[in-house]
This record gives sequence, C-alpha cells and structure tokens, in this order.
Amino acid sequence: MRRLKRPMFLARAPYRRRRLRDAARLLPVFGAALLILPLLWADEGAERRLSSSDVIYFFALWCLLIVVAALFAPGLRSGEAAGDETD
Amino acid sequence: MPFHILVAACLAYVIVLFLVAFLAERRARRGRLGFLQSPLIYTLSLSIYCTAWTFYGAVGYAARSGLEFLTIYFGPTLVFIGWWWLLRKLVRIGRQYRVTSIADLISARFGKSNLLGVIVTVMVVIATTPYIALQLQSVVLSFGVFASETPDGVLPPDAEQTAVWVAVGLALFTILFGTRNLDANEQHHGIVTAIAVEAVVKLVALLAVGAFVVWGVAGGIGETIAKIDAANLSAWQMEPGRWTGLIFLSAAAVICLPRMFQVMVVENANEGHLARASWAFPLYLMLMSLFIVPIAVIGLERLPVGSNPDMFVLTLPLAEGQGGLAMLAFLGGFSSATSMVIVEAIALATMVSNHLVMPLWLRFSRAGARGDDLRGVVLMARRVGIVGVLGLGYAYYHFSGGSAALAAIGLIAFLGVAQVLPVLIGGIFWRGATRVGAVAGLLTGFVIWGYTSFLPSFGPGAVLSTSVFSEGAFGLAWLRPHALFGTVGLDPMIHALFWSMALNATAFFLGSVLTFPGPVERLQGAAFVNVFEGQIGPRRWAHGQAEPEELLVMSQRILGEDAALALFQAAAKAQGKAGFLPDTTPEFLGALEARLSGSVGAATAHAMLSQLVGRATVTVEELMAVASESAQIMEYSAQLESKQEELTRTAGALREANDKLMQLSIQKDAFLSQISHELRTPMTSIRAFSEILTEGGLDPETVVKYGGIIHDEAKRLTRLLDDLLDLSVLENGTVQLNLTLTNLHEMIDKALIAARQTRPERSFEIDRDPVAENVYLLTDADRLTQVFINLIANARKYCCSDHPQLRIAVRLRGGRVIVDFVDNGLGIPKDAQALIFEKFARLTDGNRAGGAGLGLAICREIMANLGGTISYLPGQGGAAFRVTVPIRLEKQAA
Repeated sequence: MRRLKRPMFLARAPYRRRRLRDAARLLPVFGAALLILPLLWADEGAERRLSSSDVIYFFALWCLLIVVAALFAPGLRSGEAAGDETD
Repeated sequence: MPFHILVAACLAYVIVLFLVAFLAERRARRGRLGFLQSPLIYTLSLSIYCTAWTFYGAVGYAARSGLEFLTIYFGPTLVFIGWWWLLRKLVRIGRQYRVTSIADLISARFGKSNLLGVIVTVMVVIATTPYIALQLQSVVLSFGVFASETPDGVLPPDAEQTAVWVAVGLALFTILFGTRNLDANEQHHGIVTAIAVEAVVKLVALLAVGAFVVWGVAGGIGETIAKIDAANLSAWQMEPGRWTGLIFLSAAAVICLPRMFQVMVVENANEGHLARASWAFPLYLMLMSLFIVPIAVIGLERLPVGSNPDMFVLTLPLAEGQGGLAMLAFLGGFSSATSMVIVEAIALATMVSNHLVMPLWLRFSRAGARGDDLRGVVLMARRVGIVGVLGLGYAYYHFSGGSAALAAIGLIAFLGVAQVLPVLIGGIFWRGATRVGAVAGLLTGFVIWGYTSFLPSFGPGAVLSTSVFSEGAFGLAWLRPHALFGTVGLDPMIHALFWSMALNATAFFLGSVLTFPGPVERLQGAAFVNVFEGQIGPRRWAHGQAEPEELLVMSQRILGEDAALALFQAAAKAQGKAGFLPDTTPEFLGALEARLSGSVGAATAHAMLSQLVGRATVTVEELMAVASESAQIMEYSAQLESKQEELTRTAGALREANDKLMQLSIQKDAFLSQISHELRTPMTSIRAFSEILTEGGLDPETVVKYGGIIHDEAKRLTRLLDDLLDLSVLENGTVQLNLTLTNLHEMIDKALIAARQTRPERSFEIDRDPVAENVYLLTDADRLTQVFINLIANARKYCCSDHPQLRIAVRLRGGRVIVDFVDNGLGIPKDAQALIFEKFARLTDGNRAGGAGLGLAICREIMANLGGTISYLPGQGGAAFRVTVPIRLEKQAA
C-alpha cells in the first residue's frame, strides 16, 4: 500500500508537536523506571520496609507524573486536531 | 446503627441513582448531550476501575502487604500517562469500527471470526465471575459489620440472603438502564452518568474517612507520619518480582478488563476526552489511595487484634463513634461494588449476546435474518446475559463461601483477563498476527491461568486434589501447579503470571508466524493496524441482488423503525434519490454493516447481511480473482511501459545517427566546395597566363616570368593534390608505416633544416634541450619528421613577434615522449582552437600562408596512425602544440 509522501522537514509548530509526542511516549517509560527504582535502595538490615519516606516518595512521584501528563495533554490534543499523524 | 436505617439509606441511595440515570437518559434522548459527554463524566466513569476491592480491600492489602497495594494503581497510571502509545489507537479503532466489546474487537480484527469472539467471551466470563462474587461479598461483609454492631428489634438477614437481594437488585438496575434500547453506538448515557455520580460518592467517602483518621484520630500529618514509621505492619519487603509483576499485571488489566474497555472505548464519545483523562484518571487513583496507608496503620493500632482489616474503612469510624461517617463510608463501598457490577454485567452481557446467543439463534432459527423482531431477541439475549452473569457471580460466592481475602481473588481475575493482552496488542500493532495464532495464544494462556492460578485458588483438595499440588498432574513433577517446569521458589502469583503470559505470547507468535491469514483477516488486519492512515477498510460488498426493502425490514428489526428509516433515507438522498430505498451499492452495504455491527457485533452483522445479500456477497475467492486480474493488468502495462522505453531509446539512437550523417554530409559538401575553390584558384591563373602565352608577341622576359608563374601554380596544385592524397590514405588507415629506431634529436634537426625554406628571410631563435632530446624512438621517422616540419613551418609562417623564438621541449612520461613546440607569437584565439585541426581551416587569409590548410589535419592523422596525439596547448604565452608519441610503437595490424 503506497503511503502518502511526507515532507522531510517541518515548520516550527509541527516540529514542536512531534517532539512533544516523543516526550509523551517516553513519559511512562521514565515513570516505570522511577517506580521500580526503590527496589534498588538498600534497606540496611531493616526487617520491614513500610516507612513514611517510601510513602512520601511514591506519592510525590505520582503527583509529578500527573502534572507532567497534564502539561502534555493539551498540546498533544491540538496536534491531533491539526491532523498530521506520524504513525 | 439500627439496621433498618441502613437499609433505608441504601434504598434511598439506589433511588437517587435511578433518578440520575433516568434524567440523563431522558436528556440524551432529547439530543441535549452537553455535559453528559464531557471529559469530566468520562474520567469519572473510568473510576469503575476502583471497585469494592479498592474501597475495602486496599486497606486490608496495605495492612497485610505494606505498600504493595500501590502497584494496582501504578499500572493504570502508567498506561494512562502513556495514552499516546496504546489507548489512543484502541479508542480510534473502537470508534471507527464501532466495536461493542473486547471480544468484538478481537473477533473483528482476526477476520470477523466468531470462534475468537466465543473464546474471549468464555474466558472473560470465567475470569470475572469471581470478581463479581467479590463485590457481592464486600457488600455482604459491610452489611455484616453494621448488623453485628447493634442488634435491635429488626433481625438482620443472614449473609446468603443479603447476597441474593443485592444480586437481584443489581440485575434489575442493569437491565432497566443497560438494555433499554439497542443504541447504534452501544452507549448508555444513563448508566455512565450514574457511574460518574457513584465515582464522586466513593471518592468523597474515602477522603472523608481518611481525613477523619489523619486529623481526627491521629492528630495531624506529622503524627500520622510518625505512626507510619512506628507501625508494625507485617514484615513486608519489597519483592522485586511481585512489585514489577503486579505493576505489569494491573497495567494489562486496565486495558483488558471488560468493564474498563466498555467505559474507555465503547462509551467514549470524543477522542479528546482521553487526553484529559490521561492525567485526570491517575489523579483520581492517587486521591483514592492517598489515605489507605494511614487508615491501615491507625486501624491496626486502634482496633482489637483479629478484626478484619478489609473492613477498617467501616469499623474505624464506628469504633470512634462516628456513625454518620461510617454511613458515608458504607455508601461509598456500596457505590464501588454496584457500579462495577453494573458495567461488568453490561459488558459481559453484550459479549454473550453478540458472540454466543445471536450466532446460535441465527443458525438455528429457521427464519434467519428475515425472522421476527430481532431487536427483541437481542435485548432478551442481553437481559438473560445480565441475569446469567450475576447468577454466576452469586453461585461463585455461594460455593466459595466468601472466605478468601479480597485481594487474592482480584489478582486472579486480573491475570485471567490479562490473557487477552498479547492478542490485543499484537492485533492492533502487528499485521502479521493471524487468527490461528490468536486462538493458540488465548487457549494456551487460558489453560495455564486456569491450572496455575484459578483452580488452585479454591484450595488444595477442592478442584485439584492435594496430590496434584505436591506431585503434579498425572504424577509428573514438572506439572505441579505452583512449580511449572520445575520453577520452584517463585511467588505463586508471579509464577502464574510469568508462565501464562510467556507461553501465551509464544503460542500467539508461533501460530501467527507459521500460518497464513485468510484474505478477510489480512484486510481487517491492515485496516486495524493502519487505523490512523485514514479509512482503508475493505469493501466487502458487491452490487447485491438484495432488495433494499428487505434490508430495510432487517435493519428496522435491529435499529428500530425510526433510526432505520432515517439511515435509509439519508443514504438514498446521498445517492440523489427520493424516498427511503437507496440502491444497494457497495458503499451503502458497507455503511449499513458498520451501523449494524454497532448493535450486534461485527461477526453477527456480517453474517446477517450475507444472508440477505446472499450469493451476491463478494466471496473471498472472487476478491482474489479480481486482485490477480488487476495484478495481470498491471504487469501487462508494466511490460508495455518497458517496451515503450526501449522504443524511445532506439529512436533516440537513430536520431543521433541521423544527425551524425547529416553533419558528415554537410562536411563533405563543405570539403568539396573548398577543394574546388582551392583547385580553381591556381587553375584560373594557369589558364589566364597560358592564354596570354599562346597569343604570342611577348618579350622573352615576360614569357619567362609568366612561365614561372604557371610553373609555380602547377606546383601548388600538385602539392595540394599530394596533400589530399596523403590525407585520404592516412584517414583510411591504409598507410604503410616504416618503423625504424631513430633518435629524436636527429629528427628535430632534420625538421628544422627542412623548415628553414619557409620564409627563409626570418631568423628564428630556437631554444632546445639536446640532452632531453637524446631519445631513441621506434616509430616511422619520416612521418614524425613531417609533423615536426609542419609545426615548425607554421611557427615560422604565423609567429608575428619581432624577435621570434621557438622553444622545443622534450619530456618522457610513462612510455611516451612529449614534444612541445612553443613560439612567442600571439597564439591562437580560444574560439579557433577547436578548429585548427580541421581540413582547410585557416585562420587568416591565404595570402600570408599559401598552404591549402591541410597541414594540421594531416599532422593529426599522422599522429593517430603513429599511436600518438597532437593537441593545442593553451596558456603558454604563444602558439603551442604538444605532440605525444609512444617510445615504441607496437606493430599493429597495419
């Protein structure tokens, strides 16, 4: 099936939209890495791991991911309306 | 709290829900969708992910396993903030192809295979039945909490009875609002709005309890944190396997759970809502889990040892004497359970009716698509499906005794539905996925899930005997349910997750790679995978022989009279026809099928249309025939094209040859006219003077003078003819070369002496390099000398300097001798340089030269015969010629 020919270089606005998409794609990857990160924290002889610092870390990370996703969402949606799909 | 007040509150709450659903439904029917289709409602409806399992179970989970409960919410968070990867495509496909359920999506993707629809439906029903039981159980437990609190007058019913009543009530509500009508888009505004209200209720309730616990009981954030640090929650260690495994599992489940698919994809009204939900839904999840840890910690601290941590959300406010708050918490839990059951029941009932009941009915009902009211049949199938699903849930609750901890059942259900994930992801991203692969993957995953997770959950001796657990099925040790293939030491959940997903994906992959998909499968696969490239959906219908009237009758039975008439009228209008009966064009049939599949699923809609359009359906074979025909035509035209190219090439070559011939002919004409001119001039003077001589009467001096002129002219003629003869011999290549070994120095000496006869009055300064000239050449010495003479004579003739100089430089270069003749005259103008080697090319008038203009042309021919070249050397300060000649001329076939 022949695909439409796409321009090799883009104007500034679509270029920014594409990079925003790249960032949006990477966000869950970073999120997953940061969620798994505490596994590597050495618990020095502690029998139990439920400490307030863990709780605070996870909720702070959660809030951060939500805020970043909220910042991305409007840009991604407007790009979709512009209709230049990349994939 | 008096039990009857509790019941009254429940009833009041349910009535409010009914009202909300009813009003929303009415509003939607009037077309005023407005906020009903807002991103807020969409996000809130997604909250059915948080069931009673979250509401009650998360606290118990935290009390038992520490922070592990968070994994259940981290998975969905990652999926939603990464919506651009997957959810966007899923929603687009769902909207574009009017998918009614996850089973419908998979069946449609793999060539509208009803077999796959059946497999997915059965799997999902089996996997989610315990989950529904779990909801019933949580409601029953919460009733139990209040009942045990204050026995007063009214005797609380026993758990069994409560469960029955709850199940019946939910079935009624679901049937009332879930199967009111067969919507084209299969959207239920009433239910979705009610779910959104329930989402708010459960969030408010949990936040209220949490706030009360943190500020009312613990005494502030600082104290809460101190208590968390001091709490002796069970020795939880972050197990890497469980932590990552459960995050993955919950991420898979949020995509594959039928109720999530229902609200996320099927009920989606606008793709933009997904962008909002991408952060709003994680926010909701975060708020829901915010107070789980404090509640668990304080509950463990305050409540007597041995109280059920699953009920802390209720028992903690009750123990603190907060009856109203406990009531709110109870309603929150009730909302969580009911909203989940309602949507799950609708989703499952849709699958059951579209993939199990309708195909069977179509097959066994004699009338087929022409039968009686199909709408009634579909709706009845759904109602029966809802009752059946709830009945199964109740049965599971009844027989399992409702004893297991909530979280365990929830995870087992998650893993069951997650078996759809590989096929789902593969189906929408990989065109190579085939039906056989999908069936293989689903069955493999399902069997392994059943063997390692579902059946063992009933406990040793219940379904699988104790010996199977210890020694494996058939006594094969590598078939032990918790140590498959000898993998001992894994957590049972992670063990089941690993083996089921790994073997599922492997079977799916191998099955897909090793089989060849059918044409419909390939078309559907391309359409689904490339959904963003515009609608490339296959045209499935040819001009049918079906009467539009029959189609209308059938559509009315499914869509309802008004909707069907409107659809047909619009189609007729689009074709430029008045009335209600459009032509049965392929476009119209395709649109009709899409519309119908929104109500009864892709496979059923296809089957029904096929019954009516009958043999006029484009069969796959016809399709292939058309394809191969067009391939032949394309090949033929490609052949024609290449032939045409060849012809063009040939024509070009011919034109070139023709041009060359023309040029040659012009050259020949020019040559002839030149020759005649050159011959004529001396002839004229010879004739004139000989006439004068014949008349006589001249004095002897004059006779001598005239005779001399005649003699000179005759000599010139002879020289010209000699030159011509020479040239023609050289050009034909028939010249006999006399090869000798001669010293270059001698040749130049000879040439200088011979050339001295030309304009002997001029004295030339000759600049030579005797050492370099001392080279022996094997060549035709006479011919080469002739070239030298010509060049030196030319210099003598044309060099216009007052102190003429001629430099003769000799160099050896790679088996060749280069001899340059450079004078210090004006040189030759650039535009003339290309011409000087042509015949009769003379730059100035003949009066100065007296040659015929053949000299350099002869030189060029001689050099060609000697295997060398002669060329003009520009930029040397005067006229410069370079002669290149091989040191040893190999004797050719000359």
